Amino acid sequence: MSGLNDRRHTISILVNNQPGVLQRVAGLFGRRGFNIESITVGESEEKGLSRMVIVTTGDARTVEQISKQLYKLIDVIKVVNLSEHRMVARELALIKITAEPERRPEIFGLVDTFRASVVDVSPNTIIVQVVGDSQKIDAMQELLKPYGIRELTRTGVTAMIRG
Amino acid sequence: MSAQGSAILANEDLRKKLLQPDEITGSEMLLRSLLLEGVECVFGYPGGAVLYIYDAMHGNPDFRHLLTRHEQGAIHAADGYARSTGKVGVCIATSGPGATNLVTGIATAYMDSVPLVIITGNVPTSAIGTDAFQEADITGITMPITKHSYLVRDVRELPRIVHEAFHIANTGRKGPVLIDIPKDVSAQTAPFIWKEEINLRGYNPTVMPNKLQVERLLKAIEQSERPVILAGAGVIHAGASEELMEFVRKTKIPVVTTLLGLGGFPSGHEMWIGMPGMHGCYAANKALQGCDLLISIGARFDDRVTMKVQGFAPHAKIAHIDVDPAEIGKTVPTEIPCVGDIKVVLQLAAQKAKPAKSAQWLETIRDWKQSHPLAYRPSDTEIKPQFVVEMISETTKGEAIITTDVGQHQMWVAQYYKFTRPRSLITSGGLGTMGFGFPSAIGAKIGNPDRLVVSINGDGGMQMCAQELAICAIHNIPVKIVVLNNTVLGMVRQWQEIIYDERYSHIDLAGSPDFVKLAEAYGVKGLRAKTPDEAWKVWQEALDTPGPVLVEFVIPKFENVYPMVTQGNTLDDMILGDEA
Repeated sequence: MSGLNDRRHTISILVNNQPGVLQRVAGLFGRRGFNIESITVGESEEKGLSRMVIVTTGDARTVEQISKQLYKLIDVIKVVNLSEHRMVARELALIKITAEPERRPEIFGLVDTFRASVVDVSPNTIIVQVVGDSQKIDAMQELLKPYGIRELTRTGVTAMIRG
Repeated sequence: MSAQGSAILANEDLRKKLLQPDEITGSEMLLRSLLLEGVECVFGYPGGAVLYIYDAMHGNPDFRHLLTRHEQGAIHAADGYARSTGKVGVCIATSGPGATNLVTGIATAYMDSVPLVIITGNVPTSAIGTDAFQEADITGITMPITKHSYLVRDVRELPRIVHEAFHIANTGRKGPVLIDIPKDVSAQTAPFIWKEEINLRGYNPTVMPNKLQVERLLKAIEQSERPVILAGAGVIHAGASEELMEFVRKTKIPVVTTLLGLGGFPSGHEMWIGMPGMHGCYAANKALQGCDLLISIGARFDDRVTMKVQGFAPHAKIAHIDVDPAEIGKTVPTEIPCVGDIKVVLQLAAQKAKPAKSAQWLETIRDWKQSHPLAYRPSDTEIKPQFVVEMISETTKGEAIITTDVGQHQMWVAQYYKFTRPRSLITSGGLGTMGFGFPSAIGAKIGNPDRLVVSINGDGGMQMCAQELAICAIHNIPVKIVVLNNTVLGMVRQWQEIIYDERYSHIDLAGSPDFVKLAEAYGVKGLRAKTPDEAWKVWQEALDTPGPVLVEFVIPKFENVYPMVTQGNTLDDMILGDEA
């Protein structure tokens, strides 16, 4: 279900920290045919409330429906489409690559350029941690590919409005 | 907020007794809380996980419980009670299969925004997640078909949860709320603490509409020459029938009513056109297709109303009054949204409303109604189903509560019964649930002891919940049960005839019981009519019978519902049938 007017939207949802709330939100996306590119959940500034950040794609009407349908969930307190504002969006990735000692200087060079860091070193592998917007992580991933990515994990985007 | 929130227990002495902060079990808390919410009758079926709850009922003279013969019967009865009274319907079932047997009924209520509170037992907290005997994740299973749900983990939370559940169920856009109570929680004790105030940050239904939008609506009305109101179930849920009448009187706008909106505006009123849609009448569909302003009032542009959306009301500016903002623009692009309690919106709008320039349009509609009335070919030898509905409509003066199942008979009721008041047609509109008609009549009668309740069913649907004849018999619940017996699944047969070139596949209900004997086997009086003369006589006898009675009308197999718009077509493409 994608169309010409589809755009990527980052939606922030403040919810009651209740058992099953993730299921309610994710289930709603699933059954109404809304797409989830990534979803992150964690505590918020207020005790008892969590904040979810969901990246989705759709046209204006779909995104409006997403917001309205979310508000119908009793455990949803607030929905903000961050993409309508100036926002900071960040993601973290851990990338485990094959790294024989002789190739490490080259890899460290790349890591430095991206202001990423090496968080684990073993005899033949290292784990690179990179933080940034999704494009930056895509780029890091692309550059590390030739060395042999053994394992990759990304947190998904978390974001907030600037200012 | 509309005045129909939860009913409050009127009996002050009982109320005082219930509010004592005694140390009691979760089960006793549940019963007390239900009584405090004004619950008159609970429909249910016991089982292992709700044994403590049923034990608390034993010898409790204040609590009324009706034992159905299937959980599905219980929830449809609770639904019929809720739709016909506007109060919250309540049902109870045990864990596992008891709970899953409620699923169809929960979905039925959810689709039609019916306020229910559903209590299910569950296995003890320590056993949850272990695939224990009769365990089912009912909150998970029903998440897509409930307005909200609770799994009670702490007995002290029970009174608050029940109070919240009733509030959520019967405010805003109404709907079913499920409370799942593990067996250990129903046995634990704590002091009973009841708080009236409700604190739900994430739930605050809009009551007052945006005044600018109301003004835009009124301006659009003044400028319109061919306006139509599409009145849906929302009018009835909001208790806004009188406000709608006043609004129509001031604006001179004719009204079409959806299936679930029937009775929200009196059928037969000069400003009433009829029901539109797949089996809507000619004039109603022509009016929608020709209008320049379409005001939906609590109708959600269901696909059975709009048919092909591209091509629906092609000349109309759309205005939509609804309590649920998510319905605005969901199906049809909407220019004037008015979100709020329909009763409040109509009151506000009527204050400043000026009439539309609709005189000529009303004339056109009158011509359509006269040139293409609903019609069927009468018979002296066969009982036509439309004739039966007309007969019931005349003899009850359009004032009975009619419950139906789903299919041809449902459409004939919608077309030929002249509903004069709201909360009179109890039918599964959105989900289209067979087996709903009869048990919902039991609930409707419990909630409306002074109104005549007639349940009109087909021979297929009647067999999906026939076991509830037992409750009618044992409690002498005087429901008039009509079975229109054409020996087939009529609506499926009609589609197979028209769309599938008469390739009749699995529609023959041969092997059905003798319905008169079936009724009598349960101790309910059974009557049968095979000719039009007998029909009058037998129906009169049914009306004169004080207790429950089942009347079977043997009707022709090949009768079709017309007009009909087949799927993929617009409302302009009506198949009108021979007589219209």
